[in-house]
Amino acid sequence: MSSPHFQYTLRLADNALILGQRLSEWCGHAPVLEEDLALANMALDLIGQARLLYARAGHLEAAGRDEDQLAFLRPESEYRNVTLVELPNGDFGRTVVRNFLFSAFQLELWQALMTSQDLELAAIAEKSLKESRYHLRHNADWVVRLGDGTEESHARTQAALDYLWPYTAELFTPDPIDNEVEAAGITVAWSSLEAAWEEAVTPTLQQATLAVPARTAFRSQGKLGRHSEHMGYLLADLQYLQRAYPGAQW
Amino acid sequence: MERKEWPLWEVFIRNRNGLDHKHCGSVHAPDARLALQAARDVYTRRQEGVSIWVVQADHIVASDPDAKPEMFDPAEDKIYRHPTFYKLPDDVDHM
Repeated sequence: MSSPHFQYTLRLADNALILGQRLSEWCGHAPVLEEDLALANMALDLIGQARLLYARAGHLEAAGRDEDQLAFLRPESEYRNVTLVELPNGDFGRTVVRNFLFSAFQLELWQALMTSQDLELAAIAEKSLKESRYHLRHNADWVVRLGDGTEESHARTQAALDYLWPYTAELFTPDPIDNEVEAAGITVAWSSLEAAWEEAVTPTLQQATLAVPARTAFRSQGKLGRHSEHMGYLLADLQYLQRAYPGAQW
Repeated sequence: MERKEWPLWEVFIRNRNGLDHKHCGSVHAPDARLALQAARDVYTRRQEGVSIWVVQADHIVASDPDAKPEMFDPAEDKIYRHPTFYKLPDDVDHM
């Protein structure tokens, strides 16, 4: 039995950890040195957010699990990140589009969480807000340059948006955990952020001359623990060291 | 295939206590806005600065290293250009 408050916090932490893991895959592989560092910086920001959120989640759970145990020693079905963040990086364009869509969501989320009754969550939100604001700016600038760039960069960026867009619906799909946390007055349900998020991302996509895909009935379910086929491989990388050498530190 | 490189930008950073921006390196970037972000990501990761200037390297006009003798050597023997050359009257306490 775990409380909705714990589950909600775990979702925040897992989102940050899994995207941080994906972005760290770019380390040493980005198209230019400058972006290599930009992506690694963003990955480290996200992993830092995850650490704080796991520590808070572990405290809420009160079962003695610390941030490492939560991050490294759960089976796949217990991870509660949205599917969007676990999808493979694809090319640089897809990476940038995902970062843009997700950091716009995080920005709305942190703003809302700053007034949370959970003062620790509010403090984490206040710190993370600055990081997400920079992530959004940097990635939005890239979306515009790639979308409104050459014929090839436009085609690739549009393809990335078409691929990723259906997965953004999950962010705003209402569910019991969200609703209970909101009803208890702890913080906002993600579903309440949809309008603000759309308003935030649309002008950049228009400036980038990208066509916003229509919503379909497709709903990914990562936040319920039902992940894509890519998640297991990601976790194998992520968890290998702690599984092979339990408690290892360096 | 023609390979188009991004322009080079020189990066100047002012640290927390400093008054002046100091040259600290360079980045490649397609335009000014991204050059500023690249400079932030490459050169301020360890709290090195609170303000950044970038300038496209092409826009810097530099002196010719080969012209060093006529540019700078003539100043060598003009010690009277330093205030310390002048002996002050004793009445002038602290200058």
